[in-house]
Amino acid sequence: MFRRLRAPGAGGATVTLFVEDQPVVARAGDPVAAAVLAAGLGSTRTTPVSGAMRGPYCMMGVCFDCLMEIDGVPNRQSCMVSVTEGMRVRRQRGAREVGP
Amino acid sequence: MSARALAGPDLVVIGAGPAGMAAAAEAAARGLKVVVVDEQAEPGGQIYRAVERVARERADDLALLGEDYAHGAEVARAFRASAADYEAEATVWQVTAEGEVAFSARGRSRLLKAPSLVIATGAMERPVPIPGWTLPGVLTVGGAQVLLKAAGVVPEGPTVIAGSGPLLFLVAAQLVRAGAALAAVLETAPAANYARAALRLPRALLAPGTIAKGAGLMREVRRAGVRIVRFASNLGAVEGRNGAVEAVEYGPAGRRRRIACETLLLHEGVVPNVHLTRSMGLAHGWDPMQRCWRPALDPWGNTARDRVLVAGDGGGIVGAGAAEAMGRLAALEAARRLGRLSENERDAAAAGHRREFARHLRPRPFLDALYLPAETVRVPRDDATIVCRCEEVSAGEIRAMVAMGCLGPNQTKAFTRCGMGPCQGRLCALTVAEVIAAARGVPVPEVGVYRVRPPIKPLLLGELASLDEG
Repeated sequence: MFRRLRAPGAGGATVTLFVEDQPVVARAGDPVAAAVLAAGLGSTRTTPVSGAMRGPYCMMGVCFDCLMEIDGVPNRQSCMVSVTEGMRVRRQRGAREVGP
Repeated sequence: MSARALAGPDLVVIGAGPAGMAAAAEAAARGLKVVVVDEQAEPGGQIYRAVERVARERADDLALLGEDYAHGAEVARAFRASAADYEAEATVWQVTAEGEVAFSARGRSRLLKAPSLVIATGAMERPVPIPGWTLPGVLTVGGAQVLLKAAGVVPEGPTVIAGSGPLLFLVAAQLVRAGAALAAVLETAPAANYARAALRLPRALLAPGTIAKGAGLMREVRRAGVRIVRFASNLGAVEGRNGAVEAVEYGPAGRRRRIACETLLLHEGVVPNVHLTRSMGLAHGWDPMQRCWRPALDPWGNTARDRVLVAGDGGGIVGAGAAEAMGRLAALEAARRLGRLSENERDAAAAGHRREFARHLRPRPFLDALYLPAETVRVPRDDATIVCRCEEVSAGEIRAMVAMGCLGPNQTKAFTRCGMGPCQGRLCALTVAEVIAAARGVPVPEVGVYRVRPPIKPLLLGELASLDEG
């Protein structure tokens, strides 16, 4: 598990996003993956191959294990996207679905 | 801004880490019209990630991250003060044979064309394929450092750091300062490395700062009461009932040790992030000291392709200080190529940066020898260990393919999907090549490497189509 060294509001602006429908307060500029880990979500996706749980690994955009559904768009690298006000974030479950 | 409005720079720089920022500032100071394209929201790359925000909003974190990180704020300030244009949150997905840079930003794709290009894509951490390395709660040491830099987030509960390399004790010290519960540091560098490194120590001591700094960090971590285990071998992450990591094991069979942890941080050094240069079909050579591929470059950073240069760790691991100098050298060479500097002017301006580059490189052979990952780390012994995280292909499956006659990574890819997932082989390329080479009993260069094809980052169809809208 992970924790913040200090409250998100200390020294900067905050935003509220929704992680699996639960409101989470984060510091403006946080990568989504960091906000999600600090909110207590250890696993951010399940794999398309075996359904195994995965969480952020590299935090720099090369491993693709932090894939999440962000504002309705599946398979986004949550370590490379910054939080925004009202953003809706969900775990990526297996492969993304191809819409009609 | 339309694609048309962006046309006309003299130089495009890909990446805003130390090399990219320095190259852009230097080129702009020489009168070149520069555009920097970078994937992140803020300049700094990974080494100086979020440094502007940390300097502005989080003085305590700036202090615990240390002076080398704080230096990044100076580099970023000089970059911001320069006349270079800066495209943030812009993901490059292709550089064409004609030198066009295709990137996506805010849901739209655009093309940039310039007579010269500096590629500064930096480094990534070497994969550490041990049993259980895909479990939630297992991250890279660099990943944990990014969480600290970018968000002031640290592991909670018992944490173990395992592996080797200069980053190991830096992050251990930073986490200790941040009050994280560091249960142990497991060092995997084998005993033979120490003998090899000792021969290179005298030269490294010509730049005493690096060695003294490293020793100081080790002392700091030890004094904090953190258990330090040397020569730890056969690491494995153990899955708990919640499906996440609950412990790390190490040591030879029959004498396994176990340390409970909620977070396990792995690191075996960094390697050039060559995904883009590979996708461009540039020539790369195998670096036997750093066990990685690097693009073939001349002393200015020129690749074999006209007016395409590489600067920084993307051209071979040199570290942030040398990367900055290399960025300036590449910028001066680009200016000469464009006729803005004569050869003499370029050389005169470069002299100081060359000395700086050489100074930063003095400890490198020592560090390379000391932290060369053991073969047992590079080539997983346990057949069940996952090599390709995306497609969940194991070391045993790769070896089985070799037994059936596969000679190289592109064949094992076709038969097993190894390297065909969303990371496009970034995380398994080195391991697959090492596993095949070991199974065949030949050197790594002989087995070859994945062909990388654009787009090198996932792209929505709508983003691709938006190219047409001008």
